[in-house]
Amino acid sequence: MPDIALARHLADRLGFGPRPGDLDYIAKRGPDSWIEEQLHPAAALPKDVAARLDQLTTLKMTPVETFIAYGPPALQGVQDPEQRKEIQQRGRIVPAEAIEARILRAVYSPRQLEESLVDFWFNHFNVFDAKGLDRVWIGTYERDAIRPHVLGRFRDLLGATARHPAMLFYLDNWQNTAPGSPGAHGNFKGLNENYARELMELHTLGVDGGYSQDDVITLAKILTGWGFGDGSRMAAPGDDQARRKRGGAGKRPPRGSFVFAENRHDFSDKTLLGHRIPGKGEAEGDQALDLLARHPATAKRISYKLAQYFIADEPPPAVVDAGGATFAKTDGDIKAVLKTLFARAEFRDPATFNTRFKTPLRYVVSSLRATGATVRNFRPAFGMLQQLGQPIYGCITPDGYRCTEAAWLNADAMTRRITYALALAAGRLPLSEIPADQPPAPRGGAGRRQGHEPPVNAEALVATLGGISDKTRAVVAAAQPELRAALILGSPDFMRG
Amino acid sequence: MVSFDRRKFLQAAGAGTALIPFGRAAFAAAAGGGNKRLVVVLLRGAVDGLNVVVPHGETAYYDARPTIAVPRPGRDGGALDLDGHFGLHPALAALMPQWRDGTLAFVPASGSPDETRSHFDAQDYMESGTPGQKSTADGWMNRLLTELPVKRTSTSALSFGPTLPRIFAGPVDVATVPLGRAAANPIPLDRPVINAAFDQLYTGEDTLARAYREGLESHKKVMKDLQADMMAADNGAPSPITFGQDTAHLAQLIKQDPSINLAFFALGGWDTHVNQGASDGQLASRLQPLAEGLAGLATGLGKDYQDTVVLVMSEFGRTVHENGNRGTDHGHGNVMWVMGGGINGGKIHGRWPGLDAASLYEKRDLAVTTDFRSVIAAVLAGHMKLAPAQIARVLPAAPSADPGLMRT
Repeated sequence: MPDIALARHLADRLGFGPRPGDLDYIAKRGPDSWIEEQLHPAAALPKDVAARLDQLTTLKMTPVETFIAYGPPALQGVQDPEQRKEIQQRGRIVPAEAIEARILRAVYSPRQLEESLVDFWFNHFNVFDAKGLDRVWIGTYERDAIRPHVLGRFRDLLGATARHPAMLFYLDNWQNTAPGSPGAHGNFKGLNENYARELMELHTLGVDGGYSQDDVITLAKILTGWGFGDGSRMAAPGDDQARRKRGGAGKRPPRGSFVFAENRHDFSDKTLLGHRIPGKGEAEGDQALDLLARHPATAKRISYKLAQYFIADEPPPAVVDAGGATFAKTDGDIKAVLKTLFARAEFRDPATFNTRFKTPLRYVVSSLRATGATVRNFRPAFGMLQQLGQPIYGCITPDGYRCTEAAWLNADAMTRRITYALALAAGRLPLSEIPADQPPAPRGGAGRRQGHEPPVNAEALVATLGGISDKTRAVVAAAQPELRAALILGSPDFMRG
Repeated sequence: MVSFDRRKFLQAAGAGTALIPFGRAAFAAAAGGGNKRLVVVLLRGAVDGLNVVVPHGETAYYDARPTIAVPRPGRDGGALDLDGHFGLHPALAALMPQWRDGTLAFVPASGSPDETRSHFDAQDYMESGTPGQKSTADGWMNRLLTELPVKRTSTSALSFGPTLPRIFAGPVDVATVPLGRAAANPIPLDRPVINAAFDQLYTGEDTLARAYREGLESHKKVMKDLQADMMAADNGAPSPITFGQDTAHLAQLIKQDPSINLAFFALGGWDTHVNQGASDGQLASRLQPLAEGLAGLATGLGKDYQDTVVLVMSEFGRTVHENGNRGTDHGHGNVMWVMGGGINGGKIHGRWPGLDAASLYEKRDLAVTTDFRSVIAAVLAGHMKLAPAQIARVLPAAPSADPGLMRT
């Protein structure tokens, strides 16, 4: 049954592991054809999931609208502290809906590679949902800056993240101002290097990519004035278009959409990484992004990170080189780079099957997929991710969550995963409950609640997974029937993918 | 590095940065360092050391920071004077008793010899203990574990938080302690039938099997030690998960488990590029619980405090000048905090390079005059009683230890 083993490998690596029936589908379709299907995603979400996502209203709003509804304008003029608190609580719906959508898509979307890439690229261009205004922009950031481009051109991803208010706020560039410029006042007084540095260190070249502190300062100058409306006039959603007509004198652009404030820009001529960038305003930033996206160090770094994510903690250098060459040849076509990686013999070598320790996200989502769970309530999954140290949108630092065994395997993680496996297998997680406003905090502790869901059937689970290792099979066969599914979900086989 | 009393140093100006080689006599009493403990607190994100130990005697400090400087002692929101030249941020008032009783010292202008201003690289170097060398696979606290002259147990080293930090990476297993109240929750694996079944899945010597066994063992120990206390706490009002709560746990664990030698905490939120505040504000609101947690650890340890050293460090300092957003950007030199028994405390150590334009590193940052490794080495020698050859294995190529930091 070599086809089933390869099918399991593809399901684990390109996506979040198999759901019941997936392996048969992949094997029947053939590995290359299935990879092509994943690279050109067209399949729709299951109807009930699509219907639920359709109810998540904040995911249909623009950044300007969420800012007005849940940001500072909602608090304007409200004095009563209780009322203010109530308004602020209401704002939690934005990250909550984004988290729910992310988990539901990861569990149910047939476009599994797309969901893996959302995880990958979000972490590459990480923002943290609890930093100030990012709480109102987190959902639109993933929707507008990440999702549309995960299989597209790297330059488009880079440009979309650079102009999204969530990134401009997270790495402080919205305040980055040429000292002494006409617009310099108050909190907009001088250079802020934060975004410029991470743009080179994390988003493109890498820390050894050959830039200097002078390049950081120069790039910060190039990006002066990149921000969003200054917020002193809170505009209606329709004003977004009016803003685009530059020079509407006296009209302040709304916060929440990208704005180039030329009165805070440094218009001097600059030299970045040895390239001349004449002072001409907003276009300097695009020229710098072109330069960074096409730099050889970027090609190599992106290829390395993708190969690490999909193949091995220490990806084979030949694979990284091949991916980097494709990146350079195709001007950063992500789909082409992935095609190169997935075609490599190193990726399909059976010796690499089931060797990667799953991140908490992969572990939790793969368990919900493999058991065919009905997930209407995303909170048990999210609570588990919090316990394991990987809450969605909760990485504080801009380097994002890592994907390696060294980052996630530790003594505490093992006992927590097994505790969760026991609760899931016994049907003790309230997964199919319709989420109430304040559902009980998931503890993952078995024995607290009884009989929320039917217990997981061990034989069906083995069939979904396309078999288990001999050692696990022997232990499972000797165990009490009610422990069998938990032993599979808590086994070394299932900790890896 | 020379230990120094600042005024004496100024009299002896020109003494320079000469490092006094570590002497044999200082570790003659090496045996019996068995139940000495080291607690390391890493402030991830680069805390603004110039607003922690404030050089209030320097006009240049106030010139560089028109809106975020901590005022001189005696003024409203002023620094708490330490030695006439330096003062403590007022939010750190909880630590003044330790300063006064001589168990708290600071080493300003300390940091890494590596010039990186990348958080991730700088933290990596501070945790690997090998600045500039990325290929080091393990962390220095894991290497330290192998050098301790004691029998190792599953709780010799405790890491607080859900993931194992780089500083503890390496061959020796380290227990992770959950933060806050979760630490003492019972788990289903406590039940014999379940335990026995899973034990059979994890019989090997691979990384997962080892982590599994380590996790169960440390869970049992931690639960046993904490349970009585946690039951009492559950009856009271739920308290937020704070550093103070976790240091209280640590103090209690140490009292009940003499085999604990090392503990590590990481605290985030110090990357104050925007609106960092002065006496009040963002930075102050983080410093206060840190100080209270450390002071709580000192008092909670009781007599065990005498056998404990706490080291607080951060990957690099921040720019001397405030930026355009009333914050500070990534800089170079920072300040290290050393607290505990055996410390030559109530003193500012190291050589202060000053903040005048000519003394700044790359014309913008506080210079580094004390390598962070020499401070750690001093603690390893004077407190943990390690021999020079052992220290060289923990911190390869580190400059000599500073004998003045510890009372010998």
